[in-house]
Amino acid sequence: MKLADFQDDFIHALYADDGSLARQPGFRVYRNTVIKGCVDALQANYPTVERLVGEAWFRAAATIHARATPPTDARLLDYGRHFADFLDTFEPARELPYLADIARLDRYWIESHTALDEAVLDAADIAGPGPDTVWLPHPATRWAWFEAQPIFSIWHANREELAVDDELPWTGEGALLTRYDGQVRWTAISRGTCTFLDACAAGQPLAAAAQVMLLDDPDVEIAPMLTTLLAMGAFVSTSP
Amino acid sequence: MTNGAGLGLKAQHYEDALACAADGLWFEVHPENYMVDGGPRLAWLDAIRARHPLSLHGVSLSLAADAPPDPVHLQRLATLVARTEPMLVSEHLAWSAWRDHYYPDLLPFVRNDEALKRIADNVQRTQDALRRRIAVENPTHYMVLDGHEWSEVDFLAELARRTGCGLLLDVNNVHISARNLGFDAPTYLDAFPVDAVMEIHLAGHSEDPELGAALLVDSHDAPVADEVWSLYRRVIERSGPRPTLIERDDRLPGFGELMDERDRAQAILDERTAHA
Repeated sequence: MKLADFQDDFIHALYADDGSLARQPGFRVYRNTVIKGCVDALQANYPTVERLVGEAWFRAAATIHARATPPTDARLLDYGRHFADFLDTFEPARELPYLADIARLDRYWIESHTALDEAVLDAADIAGPGPDTVWLPHPATRWAWFEAQPIFSIWHANREELAVDDELPWTGEGALLTRYDGQVRWTAISRGTCTFLDACAAGQPLAAAAQVMLLDDPDVEIAPMLTTLLAMGAFVSTSP
Repeated sequence: MTNGAGLGLKAQHYEDALACAADGLWFEVHPENYMVDGGPRLAWLDAIRARHPLSLHGVSLSLAADAPPDPVHLQRLATLVARTEPMLVSEHLAWSAWRDHYYPDLLPFVRNDEALKRIADNVQRTQDALRRRIAVENPTHYMVLDGHEWSEVDFLAELARRTGCGLLLDVNNVHISARNLGFDAPTYLDAFPVDAVMEIHLAGHSEDPELGAALLVDSHDAPVADEVWSLYRRVIERSGPRPTLIERDDRLPGFGELMDERDRAQAILDERTAHA
């Protein structure tokens, strides 16, 4: 038998569970190992989702996803690119409408954790930024605005293994993740701050980015916002 | 190159690994876990590398697939090799990537002339891209496949002859495969081309939950079994000292317990060196 045909048959047997290969008892070891490898990777990559649903529920859902969507990359830290979208449409997750967005923040954590090493823009290094100054987000900076639910509060409480506040207001929230001294850090941010970071990422100078932000969210105070972003290490250094 | 005994590096043991100063100690990692753009993982690996020799043991080049190794993946590996200057780079006689998907396991193939030609070509491409010799590991077997034209030992010896690659002899894999397929492990090991062996792996295994001792699984979740230690002594007696790794990936004990197993391998190596 040709090698390529053997491989096609083997993969078919792994996922379709039939054919002569699948009849040998030892074949089960391969099938179990492949799926376990995928599920273990998802469990490692989505710890906050797991904490919300429990290990048994998580592994059952992850198994369904792993069987439908095998990895396309040997770097399993990267596995789960489609997991949040899967949770969005996964019927048993319907009672937890925030679960997919929690998965998106877990994914941001990995992206931040593994992003390129670059110096951060330090408040001490800045000599009076002008309106034309361009500050670009650091490669490890991630942010998102969640319109309908307090995704950040749910995520960070579970990520830090804290109890979620019973009185949690059910409103939209923004999340910012950065990496500083090799550690991923996070904080809540306003919708305007997300808009501001979007504009900075598009290469807009500070004055223009602030204008776009104020059109979207007139309540943001620029100076404290910049202080927070700099303290978090959200921008890449402008020094050559 | 060290002829000492090493340990698989686990994130939980980074601090202990960094601090440990045992003679001959080295560490092995899966390069796939460090193929990232930046961040603390690479910083940790650099710190370990500054203290100890390092071995990169790949699980995903998919040498036994009917396709060349993914050039992007190979480039990432070359970048990591250039960064860490490892004492050894190894891979498996198995496949795990096929038609744009990755299957996290080491899958079998039929040892015929076509496969040998393809795998030799894949090993050669890898060695050319990395500009170094790699070691190829004997896999664990769970199934009888029809159509083999080569014994595994002859296949590996011929692969080493054609490509100049080295071999990684996993003694636990031989023990498991011998039990699962019904061949004699000492006979296999006595025929193994030990001159090409660049590294030896030792690990624990477990019994299949349904079939028990009739099907052993390479689970890396237990201490090295007594039978495997005896086989290891037999190999070292014949080959002389070789860098030896204790692999443990699941049900991780403390660092000290793993070091005890590692020291046991080191003692066997030292004893063999003394009798050389």
